[in-house]
Amino acid sequence: MKILVPVKRVVDYNVKVRVAADGSGVETQGLKMSLNPFDEIAVEEAIRLREKGVATEVVVVTIGVQAAQDILRTSMAMGADRAILVKTDDTLEPRAVANALKAIVEREQPGLVCMGKQAIDDDMNATGQILAAKLGWPQGTFASAVTVADGRIEVAREIDGGTEVVSLALPAVVTADLRLNEPRYASLPNIMKARKKPLETLEATDLGVDLASRLTIVSVAEPTERKEGIKLGSAAELVEKLKTEAKVI
Amino acid sequence: MTALVLLEVENGEVRQASRSALTAAARFGDVDAIVFGEGASAAAALPGVKRVLSVPALATDLAEPAADLLASIAKDYSHILASASASGKNILPRLAGLLDVQPVPDVVEIKDAETFVRPIYAGNALATVRSADSIKVLTIRSSSFDPAPKDGGSAAVETLEAPASEKSVFVKVELSASDRPELESARVVISGGKGMKDAANFKLLEPIADKLNAAIGASRSAVDSGFAPNEMQVGQTGKIVAPELYIAVGLSGAIQHLAGMKDSRVIVAINTDPEAPIFRVADYGIVGDLFEVLPALEKAL
Ligand SMILES: Cc1cc2nc3c(=O)[nH]c(=O)nc-3n(C[C@H](O)[C@H](O)[C@H](O)COP(=O)(O)OP(=O)(O)OC[C@H]3O[C@@H](n4cnc5c(N)ncnc54)[C@H](O)[C@@H]3O)c2cc1C
Ligand SMILES: Nc1ncnc2c1ncn2[C@@H]1O[C@H](COP(=O)(O)O)[C@@H](O)[C@H]1O
Repeated sequence: MKILVPVKRVVDYNVKVRVAADGSGVETQGLKMSLNPFDEIAVEEAIRLREKGVATEVVVVTIGVQAAQDILRTSMAMGADRAILVKTDDTLEPRAVANALKAIVEREQPGLVCMGKQAIDDDMNATGQILAAKLGWPQGTFASAVTVADGRIEVAREIDGGTEVVSLALPAVVTADLRLNEPRYASLPNIMKARKKPLETLEATDLGVDLASRLTIVSVAEPTERKEGIKLGSAAELVEKLKTEAKVI
Repeated sequence: MTALVLLEVENGEVRQASRSALTAAARFGDVDAIVFGEGASAAAALPGVKRVLSVPALATDLAEPAADLLASIAKDYSHILASASASGKNILPRLAGLLDVQPVPDVVEIKDAETFVRPIYAGNALATVRSADSIKVLTIRSSSFDPAPKDGGSAAVETLEAPASEKSVFVKVELSASDRPELESARVVISGGKGMKDAANFKLLEPIADKLNAAIGASRSAVDSGFAPNEMQVGQTGKIVAPELYIAVGLSGAIQHLAGMKDSRVIVAINTDPEAPIFRVADYGIVGDLFEVLPALEKAL
């Protein structure tokens, strides 16, 4: 079985972004960019499935700018076998990304698509579900554990009240949550090896799918900042303030 | 215009987060509600619901049959909404995929029938977006909309058949039993972080939570370290809360944690490190060892 792992290049999770002065968007120029943390977990899970003998090949794919090659190399340094860059300079919405991914799925015929639950820039948490719908495949979202057996995948999912387990017929789409695994670090020799692994580049427009946006960004604003409050000397003083000043207890 | 709101029912009651989604739905005109499994009567009692579509056969909220069913009735609606809960986030984007529309997740404000505000970058920016789709598929941040009342209405109930689902099968669910209020609807939340050091210490939060009738939350590090179950995580990728009072104990206040609680009315931080970022959003801070402050706090309450 082949596993396809869609990965996205995003502003690193440690960086606090600023809103552009003209309110048109977020300043990303010059910021540190990384592999989306959830996608790193998805790559790790796919590699583990290959190491267990469940999968035979792990292919990573990103829809993005030329520079997004770096996260494909990172994924291959972790252990992915090959990579596809679907090049575009446009910022695509999940619906459009799912259309592009569907075309790649039709070409690659994976038995499983394993991806992140959420990109930490747009915070959409939607692409996996949209892709699954468009493929007519079942979905296992917010996965914290997976087991593959007899043509099915069992997925433990993080839900509001606890954990739910579903069993899906393969092929399926799984989206990774934080506790699915702890991704490995790429060793130096593996980083070197990754440079020689195959990386294919396609033009997004050559896929022949609808990449249009349905949302127009009217404006982007800073949220109202909270003011730093006061430091208190004791728990007793705190309780007093909460009762008489804040009146919350 | 008629909106359709997907309601979650738990123990015979419509979840508070769903009633917030109903408040949002009412902004668009008439509202129909849909409920899976039992719960039609609770839904019918909500004021402002015109018609309840009940699907008793869909007892588990598997996304595949749920989205198929929603897609089959979608054309009657201008807006389809659910709470931005784990269930809403599982089902609604799939519905959007079936309808070939771009969903708008985590709506915190409705400007007009097609313009919505949603946080991006862990809440460090608020994007106002206008949707060109003929059917708008939205999930609603419950912390941003007051919940609609529980009763006063008497909607008509219609029963729908459930589509089959062979590709996806429910196996089991493990829900943690708790007598405490739900995180998303509690008036007071007390959360512990990595500073709690171990799972046994995490229990130090309980007597205080008891006194304040608070829900207990956790940082990701506390969950990853096994101090608390995953459903207690507050943050960008956990629960979003905005209680009257949020007490952060031994957690640093990473961007991803702040994303889940910085809209709380009053924030208290207890941390040994005076430079911890949590103090920058806290109304009241105590720089000190939680193992001394917590027992003192319990006594003072
Ligand atoms: C993709 C992604 C998503 C994430 N989503 C979330 C999320 O939803 N929610 C979330 O919380 N995090 C999330 N994180 C993790 C986040 O970045 C931080 O790592 C995490 O919040 C840190 O948890 P913490 O504050 O408990 O631990 P730490 O940062 O280790 O802080 C522990 C704090 O305890 C204090 N302390 C230690 N001992 C004591 C004592 N005796 N008394 C008082 N104080 C003490 C220390 O001074 C320190 O400030 C996410 C990260 C990523 C990459
Ligand atoms: N441009 C992209 N290229 C490849 N994968 C993507 C892209 N955008 C999103 N994804 C995948 O979809 C997941 C969810 O993203 P989102 O729906 O934007 O939150 C991510 O974790 C990635 O696995």
